[in-house]
Amino acid sequence: MSILIDKNTKVITQGITGATGLFHAQGARDYGTLMVGGVTPGKGGTSIDGFPIFDTVEEAVKVTGASASVIYVPPIGAADAILEAVDAGIELVICITEGVPVLDMVKVREYMKGTKSRLVGPNCPGVITPGQCKIGIMPGYIHKPGPVGVVSRSGTLTYEAVWQLTTRDIGQTTCVGIGGDPVNGTDFVDCLKMFEADPETKAVIMIGEIGGDAEEQAAKFARDHMTKPVAAFIAGATAPAGKRMGHAGAIISGGKGDAASKKAFLRECGISVADSPADMAVALLKIWQP
Amino acid sequence: MNIHEYQAKAILRNFGIPVPEGHVVYNGNAARDWARRLGDGPWAVKAQIHAGGRGKGGGVKIAKTADEVKKFAREMFGMTLVTHQTGPEGKVVKRVLIEKACNIADEFYISLLVDRTTDKVTFMASAEGGMDIEEVAAKTPEKLFFEAVDPTLGMTAFQARKIAFKLGFAMPQVKQAVPLFMNLYKAFVEADCSMLEINPLVLTKEGELLCLDAKLNFDENALFRHVRIRDLRDYDEEDAMEIEASQYDLSYIALDGNIGCLVNGAGLAMATMDIIKHTGGEPANFLDVGGGATIERVTEAFKIILSDKKVEGILVNIFGGIMKCDVIATGVIEAAKQVGVKVPLVVRLEGTNVALGKKMLAESGLNIVSADGMADAAEKIVKAVKAAKG
Repeated sequence: MSILIDKNTKVITQGITGATGLFHAQGARDYGTLMVGGVTPGKGGTSIDGFPIFDTVEEAVKVTGASASVIYVPPIGAADAILEAVDAGIELVICITEGVPVLDMVKVREYMKGTKSRLVGPNCPGVITPGQCKIGIMPGYIHKPGPVGVVSRSGTLTYEAVWQLTTRDIGQTTCVGIGGDPVNGTDFVDCLKMFEADPETKAVIMIGEIGGDAEEQAAKFARDHMTKPVAAFIAGATAPAGKRMGHAGAIISGGKGDAASKKAFLRECGISVADSPADMAVALLKIWQP
Repeated sequence: MNIHEYQAKAILRNFGIPVPEGHVVYNGNAARDWARRLGDGPWAVKAQIHAGGRGKGGGVKIAKTADEVKKFAREMFGMTLVTHQTGPEGKVVKRVLIEKACNIADEFYISLLVDRTTDKVTFMASAEGGMDIEEVAAKTPEKLFFEAVDPTLGMTAFQARKIAFKLGFAMPQVKQAVPLFMNLYKAFVEADCSMLEINPLVLTKEGELLCLDAKLNFDENALFRHVRIRDLRDYDEEDAMEIEASQYDLSYIALDGNIGCLVNGAGLAMATMDIIKHTGGEPANFLDVGGGATIERVTEAFKIILSDKKVEGILVNIFGGIMKCDVIATGVIEAAKQVGVKVPLVVRLEGTNVALGKKMLAESGLNIVSADGMADAAEKIVKAVKAAKG
C-alpha cells in the first residue's frame, strides 16, 4: 500500500513536447512509472520518444485510461491545464510548474470544489511511491520502499529528508511535495489523513516553512486524530520578517507564522521537531523505531 | 512588486475610486506650480518612498500656502527618510506628491489580500483607521471585519453593504461605499494584486469618502500580463544586488552575516541559512539558483555573492533534482576562475550525477573543500571562516 499513487497508476504528461516535460516523462518511465502518453495541443496523432501525443486531455484519457496527470506547462497556461485535467475527470492532477499567478489558483480551487479530482501543487516536485511510481522531478534513486510517509512544502528539502532516511536504511511509503505557493491543492492535513489511513505507513515526517498556519493546522490534526508518530522540521528560523524567500508562501507577516512559534506549537501537539535540518531523520527516530 | 502611492492612486482613479486630486513632482518649483494648479490650499506634501510610517519621519506635511508647498517639498528632496519599514539605512526621497488636503471627520482601514486558509480574496475592514493594522489585529481583533469573496461572483453589493454598516456608516456613506468597495475588489483582481491597502479611508466633513493613502503590491508571477504595471517598478527603491540577481532569475536576499550561500530550492536555501546559524555562523544571504539553472546563472550567482564585501566564506549546498551536480560543478569552476575566489569555499553536492560533479571539483585545481551532508558542510564552513579570521 501507499497513498495517492502505486504501480498501477497510469500517467499522462501535459506539456510533453517541452524540454522539461519530455525529460521528466522519460525519467519517470525509466523508473517504472506507467507513462502512457502526453498532451500538446496541435500535435495530436504524433508521438515523441514512444509517447503517443493527444490534442486534449479528454482524448488522452479516453484512449489511455490514465487516472493521473502531471503538468509541465509554463505559468501562463498552467491554471488552464489544471482545469482541463479536472474537466476530463483525472483523479490526481500534479502541477510541477513554478510561478503560477495566485489569482489563477484562487479560480482553480473554486472550480475544483465538488469534483472528484485532487490537485497536488503547483510549484512542487511531485509525488513518489518508491519502487512503484514516480510522478515529478525528484531523483528516483535517493528513495527506497519502506514505512515512512513524507510530506513537504519544499522540493529539495524533501530530498534532504528522504536521503537522511534512506542512508539509515529506512524506506518510504509515499513522498508528497505539496508545493510552496500560498494557494495550492493538497495541504498537510490531507496528507496526514491519508498516511494515517494507510496500513503500510508507520510514521510520518512533515517539512514545513515559515508563513501561514498550515503547519499549525496539521499539528492539531496529528494531536487529535493520529495514532502514528510525526516528526517535523520548519525552515526559515533565520529569515528576516516581511521578506519573501523564494516561495511566495514563505512570508512572515504581523508576527504570525514565524519558525519559533510554529516549532513551539508543534511540540505542544506532541510532534518531534528537529532544530537542525540535518536532524530530520534523527527527530523521527527519537520517537519511533522501524 | 511595490509601487509608489501616487502610482497606486492613479490606478485606483482609473477604476472610478475616489482619491484626492494631486500630482507627482521632482523639484520645488514644480511643487509650487502644481499646488496652484490644483486650486486653493491647504495642500498635503508627501514624500514618495516604498515604505509606510512616512508621517512620523517628517515625510508628510500640510502646507497653507503655495510657497510653503515649495519649501516643504525642497526639504524633502534628497532627505533620507527612516521609518519602521525602511530599515535603519532609510530611503532617499526623489519624488514628492502634492495633493489637495481635505477636512477629515473620521478614518477607516480597508485592505484586500489572498487568504491562504480560505483560498479566496478577502476584504478586511476596521473603523480603527490610520492605525497600524497589525496592532489592531493583535489587541482588538473584534474590531476587524472580514468578507471572503467568491471568485466566480466577485465582490457582491450585499457584502459591501455588510462591511459599510459594520463600519458604522450612515446611509449616504453606505451608498458611496458600495461601489467604492466593489471597485476596489475589481482593481485588486484586474491588476493581479497580492495586497491592496487603503489606510486611511477618510470621511470628510463634507460627507465624502476618500482614499487618502493607497498601497498596492503586485503578484510578481502575474506581471507577464501587466506590462504597464511592470513599467512602474522603481529600481531606486530596491536593493541593487537583488535587482542584478533577478535579471538572471535568481532569488537573492542580502542578510547581515558573513557566510554566503548558494543553494537550489527555496526551502533548502532557508534550511541552509538555518543550519549555518545553528552551527554558530551567520548567513550573508538567501540565494536560490532555482531548478533549471544554467551555467551562466550559477556563474552570476557566484559573482553576486562575492560582490558582497561582508562575505568571508561560501557554502554551496546542492541537492540535484532537476539540476544536475555536474552543471553546478561547472558553474562553480567557471565563476571561481572568472571572479577569483579568495575566501574559503565548501561545496556539498548530492543527487543526479554527484560522482561526476565531485570529480570535476576535485580535478579543477581550485581550493574547494568537499562536504558530506548538511551538518558536515555547515561545520566545515563555519570552522574555515573562523580559522581565516585567526
